[in-house]
Amino acid sequence: MALDRLNESVPQPALSAKEAPKAPVWADPFWRGLAAQVAVVLGLLVFIWYIVENTRENLARLHIASGFNFVNNTAGFDVGFALIPYSATSTYGDALLVGFLNTLLVAGLGIVFATVIGFVMGILRLSNNWLVAKLATVYVETLRNIPLLLQLLFWYTAVLSPLPRPANSLTLFDVIFLNNRGLTLPKPVLGEGAGIPILVALVLGIIAAWALGRWAKTRLERTGRPFPSVIVGACLVVGLPILAFLVQGAPLTFEYAEETRFALRGGVNVVPELVALLLGLSLYTAAFIAEIVRSGILAVSKGQWEASEALGLERGPTLRLVVIPQAMRVIIPPLTSQYLNLTKNSSLAVAIAYPDLVAIGGTVLNQTGQAIEIVLVWMVVYVTLSLTTSLLMNWYNARKALVER
Amino acid sequence: MRLTPTVAGGAALCIGLLAGNAAFAGATLDAVKKKGFVQCGVSTGLPGFSSTNDKGEWTGLDVDVCRAIAAAVFGDGSKVKFTPLTSKERFTALQSGEVDILSRNTTWSLQRDTALGLNFTNVTYYDGQGFMVPKKLEVTSAKELDGAAVCVQPGTTTELNLSDYFRGNGMKFTPVVFENDDEIRVAFEQGRCDVFTTDASGLYSNRLGMPTPDDYVVLPEIISKEPLGPAVRQGDDEWENVGRWTVNALITAEELGVTSENVEEMKGSSDNPNVKRLLGTEDTMGEYLKLDADWAVNAIKAVGNYGEVFERNVGQGSPLKIERGLNALWTNGGILYAPPIR
Repeated sequence: MALDRLNESVPQPALSAKEAPKAPVWADPFWRGLAAQVAVVLGLLVFIWYIVENTRENLARLHIASGFNFVNNTAGFDVGFALIPYSATSTYGDALLVGFLNTLLVAGLGIVFATVIGFVMGILRLSNNWLVAKLATVYVETLRNIPLLLQLLFWYTAVLSPLPRPANSLTLFDVIFLNNRGLTLPKPVLGEGAGIPILVALVLGIIAAWALGRWAKTRLERTGRPFPSVIVGACLVVGLPILAFLVQGAPLTFEYAEETRFALRGGVNVVPELVALLLGLSLYTAAFIAEIVRSGILAVSKGQWEASEALGLERGPTLRLVVIPQAMRVIIPPLTSQYLNLTKNSSLAVAIAYPDLVAIGGTVLNQTGQAIEIVLVWMVVYVTLSLTTSLLMNWYNARKALVER
Repeated sequence: MRLTPTVAGGAALCIGLLAGNAAFAGATLDAVKKKGFVQCGVSTGLPGFSSTNDKGEWTGLDVDVCRAIAAAVFGDGSKVKFTPLTSKERFTALQSGEVDILSRNTTWSLQRDTALGLNFTNVTYYDGQGFMVPKKLEVTSAKELDGAAVCVQPGTTTELNLSDYFRGNGMKFTPVVFENDDEIRVAFEQGRCDVFTTDASGLYSNRLGMPTPDDYVVLPEIISKEPLGPAVRQGDDEWENVGRWTVNALITAEELGVTSENVEEMKGSSDNPNVKRLLGTEDTMGEYLKLDADWAVNAIKAVGNYGEVFERNVGQGSPLKIERGLNALWTNGGILYAPPIR
């Protein structure tokens, strides 16, 4: 009986599928399989429902507030570093958003820095220059073998904290200040209404550069004549906004930091917590990325180097045009893991007082006492961030993968 | 890494809530008696309130409260285990049942007493929030602190009062937030922040922990009410009673002149009915609390009366040398007043 379904797929001249004796639904493997799957899913749903209900009941019995209504309540505490306007009168929801954006900021910048440093170090490790190669090796082996938390504490407590107090700041022409409250730069202030034309120019520049790139590519394929589209494109992207800026009469002023009794006021302040966290995360992750890059380059067969040399290409163009594009196929998948690690490791911020999602979430947890909700928010945010990163990298990987025919 | 206890506490809470159908009402006292010790949540190290001495023993006012409770339950003040908790971990630890009582310089507030599922039993120390600054900044009043960077612990009433105070006075500040006292101390010493704010007692205590205490000064302003006291879980009245009345017994003992030295003698000789009721030779107070008749005698023997506890840990017998002030008995110009034990 169980074989009936199988037999149906095999052409049977004597007995057509229609005439085959139909198995009862409960004995049909297809329906049985479906039923089992539905049962498992239903069972899981019931289990989840049970967990949620039971938790709610027990929370109520213990007189602990539950639910997400607290996000609309006034937070009442200040945050040292926020990308959006935030004050003590903002809500817990705003506070969590501030933390989320701070996490995004440090993860985003960290990924960029780690990638750049990692690629440079990975390539330097393969350098023919003995000294350069050994220095890169020392960098990689030192940094990836010291726990990240220790590195963060090192940067924060040993390097940045001993900087002078604001009153004795290290300063460059009284414009840029460096002290134990961070790095203070003049804040550029655009004249009113000057931003929009510049933004429009920027968008136009990007579109023009893209069109130019396509045109240059077509021309190269058709006629074989190269066009420096990258340089010209970059000039368009940068030049058009500058032109728009100059046409308006360069309406730019700078807000300089002033010394007050305790700290510098005004300007743009990069807090030492952010700097320490970025340094720690980028340098640590870069050590791993360097090894990934090295393995990727070594995975490209020697014949490719030799073929490229035979064509008369120098070492630089060989690396850029022949080896790295092939190495990327090996590099991207483990690189994705490193990006995910960096994002998750950013939660160590709490040890050096950088207000990331975990630090602020912890404060909200403590002020509201709603542990389950906050832990849930943490989990959802980190899972979402990680999955989004994976998705983007997988898409990039699919584009770079060898197209097999 | 520092997070682990919070997350673990959260996870424990989840699991506890899933599994725990056992009603808590009356459960803690029974459970404590069964396991043979009191699990007490204290701070990670605040000299005078809860910190370890050179022998590795926990000492301090908050610690003695737990010892007194252990003595009242078991007749032995050493039957207590301590769990050091950061300000962020403390409530989850109590909610999840990781500790039986939280005696950790924690401010009694309405929201904590209700929405957090806690009940505060007493005020064991009347405190208020203050500011400490380095002397060389030459600040004489908190009103001059506009623009300062302020070190503060997260998830505290201090953090909220700080925002209120600066907002109320039209001043700005930058919070620098660390979880542990040690981290804050280092940041303050290194000048990452200009001001260190916490309860005044905590400021004096932390100042002692600095390499050069004389370089720092506590400003005169006290900006809030910080009644500190032990807390237990809501809905467990029996256990709450034990906590509340043990502390009341210590305060009453001071009022009646009963000390750790003379408690045995007074138990035998005193004719004062109040003393007799406290020491269990008249009436049946212990029975009402589901404890031995000697509950208060044992508690007083273990740690002394409230005055002794105060002087030994934070008063003249300690390096802190804090005056009794508000924490003197109501008969001595303070506001310490225990309801009658009868």
